[in-house]
Amino acid sequence: MDTHTQGQTTTRTASTVHTADQAEKDVQKDILRFLQTRTKRTWQPETDIFASGGQSSLFAMELVVHLEKSFGVAIRGKDLRLDNFRTVVSMTELVHRLQAAAGGTGD
Amino acid sequence: MPAEPPQESHPSHAHRIAVLGAGVMGVGITALALGHGLPVLLIDTDQDKLDRAGDAIDHELRIAQLMGTLPPDVRTGPLETATTTGGIGGVTAVIEAITEDTGLKAKALAEVSARVLPGTPLISNTSSIPIDELAGCAERPEDVIGTHFMNPPYLIPTVEVIQGARTAAATMAAAGELLTALDRRQVVVRDAPGFVTSRVLHPMINDAARVVQEGTATAEAVDALMEGCLGHPTGPLRTADLIGIDNLVDSLRVLHQHTGDDGCRPCDLLLDKVRRGELGRKSGRGFYDYQEEN
Repeated sequence: MDTHTQGQTTTRTASTVHTADQAEKDVQKDILRFLQTRTKRTWQPETDIFASGGQSSLFAMELVVHLEKSFGVAIRGKDLRLDNFRTVVSMTELVHRLQAAAGGTGD
Repeated sequence: MPAEPPQESHPSHAHRIAVLGAGVMGVGITALALGHGLPVLLIDTDQDKLDRAGDAIDHELRIAQLMGTLPPDVRTGPLETATTTGGIGGVTAVIEAITEDTGLKAKALAEVSARVLPGTPLISNTSSIPIDELAGCAERPEDVIGTHFMNPPYLIPTVEVIQGARTAAATMAAAGELLTALDRRQVVVRDAPGFVTSRVLHPMINDAARVVQEGTATAEAVDALMEGCLGHPTGPLRTADLIGIDNLVDSLRVLHQHTGDDGCRPCDLLLDKVRRGELGRKSGRGFYDYQEEN
């Protein structure tokens, strides 16, 4: 569950929480699928994609571009740092936060 | 700008560099300099290349930021582009990063040395041509120095610096100051074909390609062994794709001509790839496929 208490999250009403959770699950599913296609292996949501040194900076940038294109977010400034892209969970959180900040849950 | 905090001896606003050539290396060096707050004049005879360079530089600056290799709170330097060297007069250094061809590089250095102030370092980013050969074509050979930035320049912290036989101490110092402003560590070596990195790496990549050509192993297997057993960071053939196979072949030819070492004669597989336009990452395909990224 999302334990973050960013502004937009806390203002959501009970009835929108369910669809938001579903949206997050969809984001997570999409990212896992993208990772599998590109790396030809399966990943767990919590696995650090860059820990083994197997994935490159160019792949990290590919993830940035993929998230921007797929979810209509702009990843700029302090958000553009590798730690946000280390796991599927952290990427899902980032997308959720940026979509919420842009004024919607993205669906 | 009175509010600016005091800086050490090499403030970035003291530099304004010109980069010749908007290919892979010229664009990467430009991104590195802009990301460190330096103004850059990027020159290429091909306007289409300059038009594409803007987006490529933005993309590379984002990668650099993503990987945390840019100084925090530094405003990106201003970029100017031009198709001629007419506006090069006021620059503090010229970095030449055009095609790896002695004749073309010599012509470019001769042209810019006639337009900049004496004492302006003329820095050739050749990967294998001896610096003194190029120096002879400039109006002042003492201003000519070599740097060998690796690709991508904004991620690789160390630069090979080549002191030619006629390179002046003042030129060494000026180039060193520029590299300090770019947060690069320099390792100075003497002038020779391929210097250190290309002389060692390029024949090794040629051998790696030859192993694939002979059917001993796939490119993936060669890289997996070089990475997993020998600690090579990306594998020689993935490195070839990053260098650009056309550029690698040019460099091997230069090495072969200068050293007579048959190990530097580009193998058939590399030549075939160039003929087919499979130049590596920049063309979408080399030893590996990069279609999805472009």
